Amino acid sequence: MVLKVFFPSCCSLADSGILIGRWLSEQSSAVVLAVVHFPFIPVQVKQYLGEVQHMTKVSVSVLGSWSNSKQEKEEGLSEFLEDLGTIFSHEPWIQISKEGDSKFWSCSTLQKHSSSPKEEEVILVYYDQRKVMLSHLHPPLDTADGRAEDASKLSAIFDTVARSRVLFMTDRYDEGPIKLTHWQSEGVEASIIVELLKQASVPACMLLTFLLSLVSGICRSRVLKFWPLSFLRSKLSTCEQLGHRLQHLQVISSNKKAQTQTQLMRKANIFVSLLIDVALGILLMTWLYRKNRIGHLADTLIPVADHVAEELQDLLQWLMGAPAGLKMNRALDQVLGRFFLYHIHLWISYIHLMSPFIEMILWYVGLSACLGLTVALCILSDIIALLTFHIYCFYVYGARLYCLKIYGLSSLWRLFRGKKWNVLRQRVDSCSYDLDQLFIGTLLFTILLFLLPTTALYYLVFTLLRLLVVIVQGLIHLLVDLIDSLPLYSLILRLCRSYRLAAGVKFRVLEQQDGKPLRLLMQINPLSYGAVVQTYRLPTYSCYPKDSWASLCKKLFLGKLIYPWKHKGEKQD
Amino acid sequence: MAEERRFRSACGAPIALRRRQHSASCRELAVRGPRLQLRSLSAATSAVWLAAYGLFALSENSVVLSAAIFISLIGLIIYLHFIKIDQESLLVIGSLGIQVTSSYASGKESTTFIEMGQVKDVVINEAIHMQKVIYYLCILLQDPEDPQGVSEVVPLFQSSKPRLDCLIEVYKSCQEILEQRKTAPQSS
Repeated sequence: MVLKVFFPSCCSLADSGILIGRWLSEQSSAVVLAVVHFPFIPVQVKQYLGEVQHMTKVSVSVLGSWSNSKQEKEEGLSEFLEDLGTIFSHEPWIQISKEGDSKFWSCSTLQKHSSSPKEEEVILVYYDQRKVMLSHLHPPLDTADGRAEDASKLSAIFDTVARSRVLFMTDRYDEGPIKLTHWQSEGVEASIIVELLKQASVPACMLLTFLLSLVSGICRSRVLKFWPLSFLRSKLSTCEQLGHRLQHLQVISSNKKAQTQTQLMRKANIFVSLLIDVALGILLMTWLYRKNRIGHLADTLIPVADHVAEELQDLLQWLMGAPAGLKMNRALDQVLGRFFLYHIHLWISYIHLMSPFIEMILWYVGLSACLGLTVALCILSDIIALLTFHIYCFYVYGARLYCLKIYGLSSLWRLFRGKKWNVLRQRVDSCSYDLDQLFIGTLLFTILLFLLPTTALYYLVFTLLRLLVVIVQGLIHLLVDLIDSLPLYSLILRLCRSYRLAAGVKFRVLEQQDGKPLRLLMQINPLSYGAVVQTYRLPTYSCYPKDSWASLCKKLFLGKLIYPWKHKGEKQD
Repeated sequence: MAEERRFRSACGAPIALRRRQHSASCRELAVRGPRLQLRSLSAATSAVWLAAYGLFALSENSVVLSAAIFISLIGLIIYLHFIKIDQESLLVIGSLGIQVTSSYASGKESTTFIEMGQVKDVVINEAIHMQKVIYYLCILLQDPEDPQGVSEVVPLFQSSKPRLDCLIEVYKSCQEILEQRKTAPQSS
């Protein structure tokens, strides 16, 4: 098989020494992790490698020799390097040598116990050690220690480099007996800001956990379980959103460190999402309170509600006349129309009663926009729901009336044909009716049938209005969901440090020279933005409508009440 | 060593196949399609701007003109960056894998690397495309559970669609390298 040597590009300028790394025999590849320079004592090298192996669980060993000669080839050095092969027995012993500033290295192998002593082709693959160490391959495989062997070749290489972090901690300023060259050998990288943040995060997390436990204790207290408050809580989407955000805060402030990369990314995504949400909310708040825009908003709220009520009154007058040229049953029409008109009159009176307090309420409610843009949008959705409550009531009245009528009609239709619904057997059975039953049934059937267009028209009009409101609320909730679930940290990471999220690798063929091994450069192929969003989306609490279009239409036709946007916690109808 | 030959695509457009042998087990095959022509670009832009002038003459609103400029610029950028593929190449490295690259007219390259362990075979298949039957080259991926099964088919050269003669050349080059992995002794 072709021998593949993965060589870190940072070691190209290193002085002569021996190569240490991992040998993957099933793929015939050698992953070089570092170069150990002369002088060294072989026993100490073996001891150091044993320690590293124990700490990282990666089978690091001496793979071969590396000679970087600035002048002509020294004969003595090459023999010395071959002798090293006998001290550190490794099968095969790889010898890489570079002359002067030449780009083309020669690589040969020594096989002592080989069955077929033929010239093997060697492929030299350069890789950027720091980037490969920091990157994560997607889709992530479950690497329990035993199963790392049958993972794919590339993930084995990434795994090797990532787990050998402790090897990269010794730099050349250390006083130890071993002198290494790797990507961090010029000095271990660290950032003061990161260290300070790490130190500060522990007390901050504890404080946050304490505050959250207080808040959740209040939320769970018995006071809030009484009927009006619990009903309001389940209906208002603001409370759902606040609960959701509280959960997020609990995830961030937990003391346990994230075990896997997925958990770490999720924590980071939640943190950045919360931060951006709160920042946008505060921006919105400053915009609203500057120039007293919120006062203007409160001032226009009552006229808008009045306008909506007037439009509804006009609509009802139209329905009470001859809407679209259809002829309605005058008596029923007048009854329904007057009933709804009275309802609107009550609603307007309530609104006018509330009007002095609206500005103050709105001012204080607007302050809660500092909790986040999503909370502000949820409040907007709730205000719309409250302002259009009369439309909801009309829809429910119309739907119930229509539903009753449809059921009555279907049952009396069965009577007309001499059949009956058998509740026990859940099927239609034939039944013999008495004459007076048939007579009254037919009479009622005729009455209901001829009153159907009137009721159906009212039902249609109010259902359309209700659907309009539902669509507007649905759009707002869609926006809230988008803000909630977008993994902003992963997207920013993909933009700025694209090597951290790897979909795979790509190879570039470098300049070749005949007789020398094939030179390839291995680069990280980053994940596409769509795949990033799909992998790291945060789960939200709302589920999209379960009904298909067909069942929705059926429900509308039968007059059943529809609740298109249900939350995950609620019981289904 | 590199050599270039001219062929035709399934639609009749001229394409060029370039073969390079980097080493005994590494070959690169690149199919280059026709470049973006200046006359088609000018024709499209002129059409959009004439339509915009017509609308401007009707509506007397200068927003139409700036919108037309904006649309043509954005449309050109989207076309060059996402739609027009200049070159599709196949890099076969025996014992490592097969790399498929598409280079767009704006310079963007989208690469996929398939490891050799996942590759079952490279074959020429027939397909019904619109009203024609065309040949296309594809990589068959191994099903991890079933050694005889195929889990996925990855079609190659989808934008340039070379004809059978070009595909045969590419197929022969690939098979020479793929055969090496069968004859190479499996290391213990």
